[in-house]
Amino acid sequence: MNSPSPNLSSDTANITTDSNITSPMNQLPRREFEGQKLKKAPNLIQKLPQSGAAMTGLGIIFFWVILAVLAPILPIPSPLEQMTELIYSSSDPASVSNPLPQAGHWLGADSKGRDMLSRLIWGAQTVLWVAPLAAFFAYLVGVPLGLLAGYYGKWVDQLISRICDIILSFPIIILYVILISAIGSSLWNIVIAVILTASPGIARIVRGLTLEQRPLDYIAAAKLRRENDLYVMFIEILPNCRGPLITDFCLRIGYTIITVGILGFLGLGLPPPNPDWGSMIRDGTGVISTFPLMSIIPAMAVITLVLGFNLLADGVRELSMTD
Amino acid sequence: MLKYLSKKFISVIATLLVASFVVFALTEMTPGSVARKKLGQFALQSQVDFMDEQLGYNDPFYQRYVRWLGILVGAMPDPIQDPKVGEALGRSFVDKRGAQYFGNFGFSFQSNQPVNDIIWKKLANTGILAGISFALIVPISIFFGMLAGMREGSWYDRTISVGGIVATSLPEFALGVFLVAIFSTGLGWLPGGSPLSAGGGWPIWTQFVMPVMVLVIYDSGYVIRMVRGSMTEVMASNYIRTAILKGMTMPRVVTRHGLRNAMIAPFTVMMLQLNFLISGVVVTEMIFNFPGFGQLLLKASLEKDVQMIEAATLISLVFAIMTQFISDIGYALLNPRIGLR
Repeated sequence: MNSPSPNLSSDTANITTDSNITSPMNQLPRREFEGQKLKKAPNLIQKLPQSGAAMTGLGIIFFWVILAVLAPILPIPSPLEQMTELIYSSSDPASVSNPLPQAGHWLGADSKGRDMLSRLIWGAQTVLWVAPLAAFFAYLVGVPLGLLAGYYGKWVDQLISRICDIILSFPIIILYVILISAIGSSLWNIVIAVILTASPGIARIVRGLTLEQRPLDYIAAAKLRRENDLYVMFIEILPNCRGPLITDFCLRIGYTIITVGILGFLGLGLPPPNPDWGSMIRDGTGVISTFPLMSIIPAMAVITLVLGFNLLADGVRELSMTD
Repeated sequence: MLKYLSKKFISVIATLLVASFVVFALTEMTPGSVARKKLGQFALQSQVDFMDEQLGYNDPFYQRYVRWLGILVGAMPDPIQDPKVGEALGRSFVDKRGAQYFGNFGFSFQSNQPVNDIIWKKLANTGILAGISFALIVPISIFFGMLAGMREGSWYDRTISVGGIVATSLPEFALGVFLVAIFSTGLGWLPGGSPLSAGGGWPIWTQFVMPVMVLVIYDSGYVIRMVRGSMTEVMASNYIRTAILKGMTMPRVVTRHGLRNAMIAPFTVMMLQLNFLISGVVVTEMIFNFPGFGQLLLKASLEKDVQMIEAATLISLVFAIMTQFISDIGYALLNPRIGLR
């Protein structure tokens, strides 16, 4: 698994064609060499169905992804449309009722008369777009930093590790709060905040994995071949760290969903009319004593989606141990 | 030992210095005039100019940082407490502790009080909440983690592991809403908010139940899984097999050999969990309207109460860095394979 296996059959083929001398080698039936392809171990994706946890997680994630993707074509009202007829009864305009689930509005409506199901599905689209995107960018920053620190060691490692330690010593929500209230809230600012807070943790993990790989023979072989450092880091070391990193990536998406939710809940999320689960819960807590459904539904959504990613991460972790 | 400690201590101080610089930069280097932000949008332009010139808010950034640090550690008096300044700004800045002392966080312009008059009361409330939660998280996690790790793959191991994953998927804000809907709206057993006043007819202790539940459930899920992982590793080791084979009873094997060795890694996790707990507390306080430190910080950052944000962030940082310091030392003491160098 660790080193690219030398391709035996093609080497012998080269020798035999280059030399025209009749040697016993030439008379060997060549097909036997070519037929003996090295059996590849099944990769992580092929092994995934073995893990019940991973498949359950994937199932939950797909459920939300499909809903989010189909949001524009599903027969649901607009998430922003306020249907006042749902809140005010026609007989007594002064009384305000809580729109319970009914035909056409399967999860009811919120206290502003907006369809809950529609807001939930469009909210899924928001969170499933922001969270993986932010996690991905955090990886783009964290992985190179970790590789550099682990591979070069010495002052490079000192510098990167120190910076990471300092950022990691902040309680994470407090860092988010002061960051977002300083730079303002928008999709890209949330991504920036996630990059800043998550990439040190990623760098630390990658550094540890790199330190494990560096003394191994295949790295020495690559250096002997005079591969340049970037090649060794990204093409040789990185693919061999994939197990723990895929696990961490799934967990990281889960955390980011929670983070986006918390920011929305604290009123620091995406600007208001956007349907976003965190701010839906926030809106719901105001009327929780009379109309708990309004906050329970988005809370359930957050929990299931995070659970999906956590289960997937757990399954992948177990599978990658036997990798 | 002494050398190790002093080396660690120096690195703690260095981290604190850099981190305090980051805090200062995040709060004061953002766009807009700092003096304007502190005084609020209704202040007169002349007052803003006065602050810029007399109090040095126009100085280069590093100078302002050094001055802020100087006032904080008590190396210099806070110029704002000069009666002349109060007169020019039309307010009185009087701190009963004096103008120069260690830990002087300055004045909160938004609430017109010294930061120290406000923050410590709130911190005490938060301390009680976090303390109770932590005191519950540790034994619960050790018990369930140990039980699950003792026999890998058994039915209780699988139950606890799945339970742990579910618990880590219950973020405070979602779980809090659920609990309020069940225990407050539905059953009416507990108060829906925790303002820590007996006004609503609920005794104070009942107001702690749900916030603590939220923190304990979410945070122990992770620690349970850490303890379990560490325990399964230890239980598969040779010395455990030897202990079982020489006829030691199972409870003795677990307590004498298993648990002690299995606790080395989770100890660090638990100390770091304190750091997560601070984050969790901020959110939990918002759900339950708990008059604590998190609520204070959030309010300050929405109102742009610069001095308060700096103080709150710095205090939480000192706390986080100190727990890391303690966990490093504790780890070295617990683990005989790591020498104190």
